[in-house]
Amino acid sequence: MAIEVRIPTILRTYTDGAKQVEGTGSTLGELFTDLDHKHGGLRDRLVDDGGLRRFVNVYLNDEDVRFLAGLDTPVKDGDTVTVLPAVAGGAS
Amino acid sequence: MRYDNLLDSVGHTPLVGLPRLSPSPETRLWAKLEDRNPTGSVKDRAAFFMIAQAEKDGLLSPGSTIIEPTSGNTGISLAMVARLRGYRLIVVMPENTSEERRQLLRMYGAEIIGSPAAGGSNEAVRVAKRIAAEHPDWVMLYQYGNEANVRAHYETTGPEILKDLPEITHFVAGLGTTGTLMGVGRYLREHRPGVKIVAAEPRYGELVYGLRNVDEGFVPELYDSSVLTTRFSVSTADALRRTRELIAAEGIFAGISAGGALHAGLAMAAKAVAAGEPADIVVLLADGGWKYLSTGAYDGTLEEAEARLDGQLWA
Repeated sequence: MAIEVRIPTILRTYTDGAKQVEGTGSTLGELFTDLDHKHGGLRDRLVDDGGLRRFVNVYLNDEDVRFLAGLDTPVKDGDTVTVLPAVAGGAS
Repeated sequence: MRYDNLLDSVGHTPLVGLPRLSPSPETRLWAKLEDRNPTGSVKDRAAFFMIAQAEKDGLLSPGSTIIEPTSGNTGISLAMVARLRGYRLIVVMPENTSEERRQLLRMYGAEIIGSPAAGGSNEAVRVAKRIAAEHPDWVMLYQYGNEANVRAHYETTGPEILKDLPEITHFVAGLGTTGTLMGVGRYLREHRPGVKIVAAEPRYGELVYGLRNVDEGFVPELYDSSVLTTRFSVSTADALRRTRELIAAEGIFAGISAGGALHAGLAMAAKAVAAGEPADIVVLLADGGWKYLSTGAYDGTLEEAEARLDGQLWA
C-alpha cells in the first residue's frame, strides 16, 4: 500500500532532499506517524498539540484536509497528499 | 448604461452561462466576468472601497502617499483610483511578475519597489510593512487585512450574483487576499442557506514557497475558514489547461486564475452530477488574459506554457 506524499522544499532536510516520499496508514494522522518512522522529526513540523500546525497546509488529492476530517481524514492506496507552507495570495 | 464618471461604473459585471463546459442541462456553470471593470479586474471593487473608507476615516487628503504590497491587480486598481483622487501610490511587488503589470502601474503614475522573487508575496508584505513603519504619515491600506476589501464584495459582488442567479448552489473563486470569498461567501450564506462556497488556491512552483522555516508562513488576517465549504489546491498545469478550455469552448479570454477557479468549479460540477443533484455554479473570472500574454501561457503546447510559468506568480 502506498500513499504519495509531496514535501515542500523547506522540509526536505528531513527526507534527504526527496520531494516525494511514500507512506502508509488509514488516516492522515497515521500516515504522518508512519512517515516520522522513516524521516525522524518530520511529524513535529506538521503537527502540534492543536492538530495541524497553523502555517502548514495539507491537501488530499488537492482538497484541503481542514475541510475534510483533518488528521482523521481517511487515506487510501493511490491517494496523493501534498504539504505546503501557507503563503500570501500571489498576484493580488 | 450611463455613469457620471469612471469610478461610478465599478462592478455591475455580466454573469454569462457556459453551456459547452456545463456537464448537463441540470448542472450549469456560470462565469462572472470581472474583467469588465475599469482597470480590467475584480480588484477595482476592493481598491475603490478601501480608498473610500480611508477617506471617510480621515487618513487620506490630496497629496497623501499610499503604499501597498501587491503583485499587480490591486496595485493597478489603486493606481487608477489614486490618480483620479490625487494621491501618490507606491507599490511593493515581487520581481517575478509580468511586464504588462509594471507598464500599467507606471502609466497610471505609480512607483514600484521590487521585493525578491524568492519568498513571493510573503516577502512583499514584509518589505511593505517595514517601509510603512519608517513613514508613519504614509497609508498602507493592507488588502490582506482591510475589512473594506471584504465589504466591497459583501455589498456589490454578492448581491449582483444573487440578483442574477437566485437559484445559485455554488460560488467558486480564487483565494488570494480572501476578500472575494469572504465577502461574497458571507453575503450568499446569509441569503441562500445551503449554498456552497468553494476556494481555488493557486499552487505555484517551488521558488514561491521559499521560506526560512514553516512558522514564517502567512495567512491573510481577513481569512475566516468557516465561511468556506471547501478549498482546492490547483496546479499551474490544471489552471492553464482550463484557461485554454475557456477560450476554446466558450470564447472567453480570461487570466490564469480564472482557469484555476474553473477547475474547482468543474470538480464541484462533477460531484453534483455523481450525486444526481442539480447545480448552478458561479465561477468568478477575476481578469482577462491580456496581462499574461508575455508569460507564454496562451502560446505553444501546454507543457511549454507550464514550463514558462514555473516560478511565476500567475494569480
